[in-house]
This record gives sequence, structure tokens and C-alpha cells, in this order.
Amino acid sequence: MTRNLIVIGAGMASGRMLEHLFETQPRVWNVTLFNAEPRGNYNRLMLSPVLAGDKTYAEIVTHDADWYESHGVTCRFGEKVLRIDREAQVVVGENGAVPYDRLVIATGSNPFMIPLPGHDLEGVIPYRDLDDTETMMALGARPGARAIVIGGGLLGLEAAAGMKAQGVDVTVIHVMGHLMERQLDEAAGYLLKKSLEEKGITVLTSANSQEILGTDGRVSGLRLDDGTEIPCDLLVMAVGIRPNVALAQEAGLAVGRGIHVDDAMVTSDANILALGECVEHQGAVFGLVAPLYDQAKVAAETLGDRPAAFTPKEVATKLKVTGCDLFSAGDFAEGEGREDIVFRDPARGVYKRLVLEGSRLIGAVMYGDTGDGAWFHGLIKDHSDVSDMRDTLIFGPAFQGGAPSDPLAAVAALPGDAEICGCNGICKSTIVDAINGGATTLSDVRAQTKASASCGTCTGLVEQVMALTLGDGFEVQTVKPMCPCTPLTHMDVRRLIKSRALKSMAAVMQECGWTTSCGCASCRPALNYYLLCDWPGEYQDDDQSRFVNERMHSNIQKDGTYSVVPRMWGGITTPDELRAIADAADKYAVQTVKVTGGQRIDLLGVKKQDLPDIWADLNAAGMVSGQAYAKGLRTVKTCVGSDHCRFGTQDSTGLGIRMEKALWGSWTPAKVKMAVSGCPRNCAESTCKDVGVICVDSGYVLHIGGAAGLHIQGTEVMCTVKTEDEVLEYTAAVVQLYREEAAYLERMYKWMDNVGLDHIIARVVTDADSRRALADRFYYAQKFMQQDPWAERTKASYRALYAPLVDLTLEAAE
Amino acid sequence: MTDWTDIGALTDIPERGARVVKTHLGCVAVFRTVNDEVFAIDDACPHKGGPLSEGIVHGRSVTCPLHNMVLRLDTGLAQGADEGAVSTYAVRVENGRIMLDTARLRRGQVA
Repeated sequence: MTRNLIVIGAGMASGRMLEHLFETQPRVWNVTLFNAEPRGNYNRLMLSPVLAGDKTYAEIVTHDADWYESHGVTCRFGEKVLRIDREAQVVVGENGAVPYDRLVIATGSNPFMIPLPGHDLEGVIPYRDLDDTETMMALGARPGARAIVIGGGLLGLEAAAGMKAQGVDVTVIHVMGHLMERQLDEAAGYLLKKSLEEKGITVLTSANSQEILGTDGRVSGLRLDDGTEIPCDLLVMAVGIRPNVALAQEAGLAVGRGIHVDDAMVTSDANILALGECVEHQGAVFGLVAPLYDQAKVAAETLGDRPAAFTPKEVATKLKVTGCDLFSAGDFAEGEGREDIVFRDPARGVYKRLVLEGSRLIGAVMYGDTGDGAWFHGLIKDHSDVSDMRDTLIFGPAFQGGAPSDPLAAVAALPGDAEICGCNGICKSTIVDAINGGATTLSDVRAQTKASASCGTCTGLVEQVMALTLGDGFEVQTVKPMCPCTPLTHMDVRRLIKSRALKSMAAVMQECGWTTSCGCASCRPALNYYLLCDWPGEYQDDDQSRFVNERMHSNIQKDGTYSVVPRMWGGITTPDELRAIADAADKYAVQTVKVTGGQRIDLLGVKKQDLPDIWADLNAAGMVSGQAYAKGLRTVKTCVGSDHCRFGTQDSTGLGIRMEKALWGSWTPAKVKMAVSGCPRNCAESTCKDVGVICVDSGYVLHIGGAAGLHIQGTEVMCTVKTEDEVLEYTAAVVQLYREEAAYLERMYKWMDNVGLDHIIARVVTDADSRRALADRFYYAQKFMQQDPWAERTKASYRALYAPLVDLTLEAAE
Repeated sequence: MTDWTDIGALTDIPERGARVVKTHLGCVAVFRTVNDEVFAIDDACPHKGGPLSEGIVHGRSVTCPLHNMVLRLDTGLAQGADEGAVSTYAVRVENGRIMLDTARLRRGQVA
């Protein structure tokens, strides 16, 4: 006697279940198969190869008409199921009702469409089935076609790569900071982005879509929340899936995010099973195929009244994009008792990270070389004890005693035309040629190539090139690395950022072979500064890589309150400003009002949550942040000069104000203080500042490299100039040279000690072209820097960050 | 006994950042790591009471902004050569909302 089985949905999960069913229970079931798509089961995982033109639809069909016929399956493809009548045990389709003994719901999932304005325009599609794939392929036939993919996950990237292969100009928009954030860490995400960009795909991360633009009802572009508009002919939304539970819900089955099933894949109705992407099992929903195949097997057993239970397993992810070799499996979050093993090979673009907990491997992320992925996945799934092979685990099963990670790897990876010495424009191949021509010592190389012969900051890199070329015959002087995350020094990293055009923190960490996955509290602020300095307008400042004072734009005090210092240009203030400061001090119950050494007023003891309000009040009175907390320009101290003083030779206050207006807002390796004194009596104490000006009858004497802190250091005279305009140009140039060459947290005098005053004079004074170029670069960067951080942070979007998340003390007493 | 309280959305805390919850027993710092894990510890460094919520977050650790003591977010223990610990509080994320166990933080409760 045959029994009636109805299956709703001809997808991969139900297809696999039918195969098991016909194999284990032949001629038991009379099957009716409904499918919304007008076709039978095909391998959806292979849609990306179809899109890329590597396969045809015929090749990915898993069950053809013959198969259904030979197993006696009644196919009702392209017919919509209207409802399930559980009482009468019938499924009602558009073409009539069918009775069932058992029902299997395999309705899969619906792509989630973000309800952006314009999401219903023609040409806005998901990436889900063959029809979507064909729409994308058709676009490739049009010359100059442009497409946007919203969503940088697995599916979105496969859609992007597929369309690119069809000749379409593709832009990927991803809301998170790096691609595939659920499967990859930041470092692997960076490598993936790089590979996609090399294929010619534009990738925008941290990008928020605001509106889909259209003309005559058809999509024409996308606007981001920063105002950027990107034109397109097709917009693919691949931002995730939602279990398709509508039918089950209408039929009154228990439904959460998906249709509730027990371990045997039975729903809340004993005659109805469900499987695939539409189900929820123990709170989890499913998107990858491996667990669905397990469910298919269990469902087939349950239909045969044999006990079976579904248990979710670790799944691994692989991206099916040619040339982007990535693998991720298990749990790769950091944690107590968890250890990271990181291996990077910048030359080959390889990144591997294993996460161990005790003696077990629990997670793996790999990019560039994923050959050992299956082996690692096996170790994760089997909970294998890996303690015996821990030291060599990362090299995989074929490990034959290879060398540990090479500290010279980053330099070895440099191409021949990478510039090593910035002062003299010497590239790697020139140095290698000199060494091959007989230069065996650093002085030989300096004499023959001029590399590291000027400021000397590239010495470390030159030595590494020598070590690589000469082999064991050359001993690199041991230098202090930047931090425990890297064997490279600050100067090495700065040179590599320039010569390899590294423009993100993840790029630096990968290409320089960082041994940690996201750096530490020492290297992150330094890298953030280097990137901000070297790529103005391109690199996005990372607040979370800044010390508290710079992140909060105030100085934290020992009791956790903050101090607020408004700028007083050149030390000049007005009665109105003073009244506003006094009012603010009263209003916010400031503990202490202090006159600072930099000729301004410090309001101490302001509570964090009051900061945006006190800033808004001071802003309203025309004052801006004094940046008294910044590794940047602090103050330009002045004396009264020729306006009032009988000894004054020039307008020292006027010049000080001009200098401060030109230089404020710039980030520097360490703090920069300046002063202008109107005569050699030096009342503004110019000779212990980073840059000091002393006015004389014939012009201005420029001093640099002074300090009066931990270390007392008088200035050196750099030069004498005749006009105020020259003072500004020379000052901008010397500050820019310091910005470009010094190590993070290195004060100007310390940098001057390292590079020598002669080098600074040569670049800033003697060589007029060099000076102008430095000043131009400085003012270019200032275009992005001169925004009052207070005004920015009094906006609503920032304000919340200064307030507590929640205040439990306000709740009524219980 | 636990007392799960909804204290806000995960996205209210910047990635690799922290926000505070004010309580009668002092502030609790709630951290969000780069992997979107959430941890809650006392917002006072065992060294000199520095506000840990203002420190730089790296991995599952935070460096105190006052004198650079490094503390684990999950155990509250000081790292490296330093000794000391802060209290940790149970916290979890449900459907994008952060749930903090406030049983030990209510008025009149003894920690």
C-alpha cells in the first residue's frame, strides 16, 4: 500500500531527502512535488559558476524530468501553494487540492531586501535563483554596463565576481568595516578586498546606502549617506536571507525565526515535517548546505518511522571566486585560555590564523593558501588533541621541518622599484645592484648609492636589504622593534607604508607581517598617526586607536573628570570671551580655573557627560578647541611686541596669531609648542619651544628643537628670514618634515638628534623647491584637519557617546 | 539569582570601544570587541581607579588610559607583571540588544 507524501519546495534539501527516500523505502511513497520556480531541483551553489560563465544551467541540474518520472513523482512546478488544510490533510494549490498522509515543508528562504527608498524600482534584484542569475548575465551583453552589489558577504561577492567576469563594471557596497565579517577577521578581509580590487571590482566598506535612485521607474544609481552617488544599470541586494515561513504560519504551525522542528525534523504537527533554510532547530537557522544534507537524511529516516536525530556540526566556509582563496571554520574570537597562532607571508599574500583552546584547535581563518583547510577543519570537528604538534601546526600536515616565520619577509617581498631611501629617491634594486657590485658594508652602500646617507631613518631597511642579498655574511644591527607585534622598527614601518602605498591598518599589519591579529595599545595609535599623516584625505581616522585624550578631545584627570581649554589665538583674548568662559565655569560647576603656561585658560573638573554642552556654549561665544590634549599643535605663545612694548621690533602677537591660525588642527608625532618673541629679550621663551621665532630689526630668527619638560633642551637656530610670509612657509615646511620623518611620540628635538640639523637645513632652508613642496603637502593635509572637533562632537550623533549607556541609579527604589 | 536588564543596542557601543552603566555601586564599563563580543567589568582600574571604559581595546583586553595597566575583559584579571583584578558581570547579546545581569548592582543589594 502506498502512502501520499507531499513536498512543498524543490530545493537542494528536499531533493536530497527524496533521493534517500527512494533508496531506502522504494515504492512506499506516492510523491507530489510543488515548486514555485517553473523547474525542478538544481544545484544552487553552482549559480555563481553559471554567472561567471564557467558552467551552463544544464550542467547544474541535479534532477531532470526523467528522474522525477522514473520515481513516479507528480511535479506541480510553477504552481503556487495557496494553503495547507491540516484538519482535512490536504494541500491546496492553484490547480486544485491534493491529500497527504505526510507533508514535508521545504520552502527555503526569501532574500532580505533592505526597504531603502527606491527598492521597488525595476532593476533592483536579489541573488537567489536562476532568473536572477540570468538577469545578471544579460547585463554582461551590454557594453559599458554598470552594476552595484549591496552586501559584501559570500553571496554578494560571488555575484560581483560573476558579473565582473561577464564584463560588467561592478561596485560592492558593504556596511561593515571589512568584507565577510561573519566568516573572516579583519586581516583576511583586507586581503580579500585587495584581490577583488585587483580584478577591477570597486569595493567600498563602511558604506551606508541611503537611497536607490531611479529614472522612469528603473534603477539609475545609489546614493550613500555621505552624499556619494554611484550610477548603475542593475542593483543586486545580497544582504541576507529570511526563512520562508508564511505557509507554515498560516497553517498554525509553531514558528519562530523559522519553522520549529525537533531533532527528528518534525514540526508541531506530527504529520508535517520541515527541513532546509525554512526551519529553526534549537534556536539556529541554516544557510550553508552541509547541515541541510544532514537534515535531509534525518527527515527520510523519520518518514520511514526509524529513529534519527539531527545534530548541528561545525561548518566551514569557502568562497567560490577564482583567485580569492579563502577558508574559515569554527570559532575565531579571542578569549581567556585561547591562543592565536598567526602566520603571514606578505610576498605571497598569505594569512593564516589558528585559534587554540587548551589542547584543541577551535577555529581557523586562512587566505591565499587554503590547501590545508580540510585538515584543520577535521581537527576542529574531531576535537583532536593538537598539543604534540602545536609548534608546527600552522605549517599543515605536510610540515617537514621548515623555518619559523622570517623577520626579513616584509623586506624580501618588496619589488625592485620600491623606494627605500626617501631623501635620495633610492629604490631596492639600486641597493641590490651596489651590493652585487661589491659593496659589503653600510658605508659602501651609502657611498655608492646615497641610500640612508641623509636623514638615516631608512638605515634599518637598507641593512635588511643587505642581509637578504649577502646572506649570512652580513649581520644586521639589533634595533628596537616598534612593539611586540612586529620585528620592524618605527622607521621601517613608516618607509613601508610609503613605498608599498599601504593605506589601512589591516594593510600595514598584513604587508609588514604583524604577529598579532589586531595590534596592541602601542602600535595602533602609532599606525593611526602614520596613515593619517601619509594619506591625508584617504585614510579615515580611527577613534578607537587613539588615546583617551585625543578620542575625547579633552584631558582626562586623575579622578576621571576632564579639563577643557579653549584656543586663545596667540594668547590674545577679549572681555566677551572671558565672560563666556566665566559663565561656563559657573554653569558646569568647574572645580578649578587655571591660567596655563601656554597663555590660555584651563577649566578643570568637567564631567564627561557635560563636555558636549560646555563645548557648545564656548563654540557659541566664538571659541574652538585648544587641542591641549593633542599630539599636534598646542599653542603659539607671544609677547606684546611692537604694539605696546618699547623694545619690540616686530608685531610678535600678530605673527603668533597668523602662525596659530595656519597650523592649528595638524596632527604631529608628539606635541608641538611654538612661541614668538618681539625682541631678543625673549619674553615668550622662544628658545625652549619646538619652533621659536625671535624678532629682530632686520627680520625673524627661526629656532627649532627646544623643549622644557622631562628634558630641558635649548633650541638651535635654523635660519633668519625677512618677512612674516617666509616665517609661515619655513615653519610649515619644518613641521611637515618632522611629521613625515619622526617616530610616533618622538618630540622634535629627539628627531633633530637623530637626523641632524644639517639634514633639516638642507631640506627646509637651502633647497627652496623642497621647502615649497613640504609646505604644499602641509597645507594640503590641513584642508582635512582644520575642523573644530568640539563643533563636530556637539552634533547629536556624537553626543550619545559622552553619556552613560543607561543610568540604573535613576530607577525608582524597590 | 540573575536579573537580566536591557541596557541598550549593541550598536550603541562603538566597535573596540565601551560605554558605561551608572549604578549605586559605581560605574560598570560595557565593552564591545572587534568580534562583537560584549563584556562588562567595573569601570575602575585596580591600580589608581582609572576609567577603563576610556582605554584602548585590543583583542579581549583593555589598556587603562591612566597608567597603561592591561586587564582582561573576560576575567577582569591584570595581565603581565601587574597584579590586581576588577569585578566582571554577566552580559549577553540577544537580537542585537545587550542584556546585563544587574542582580548585584541594584540599590540595597550587597555585592
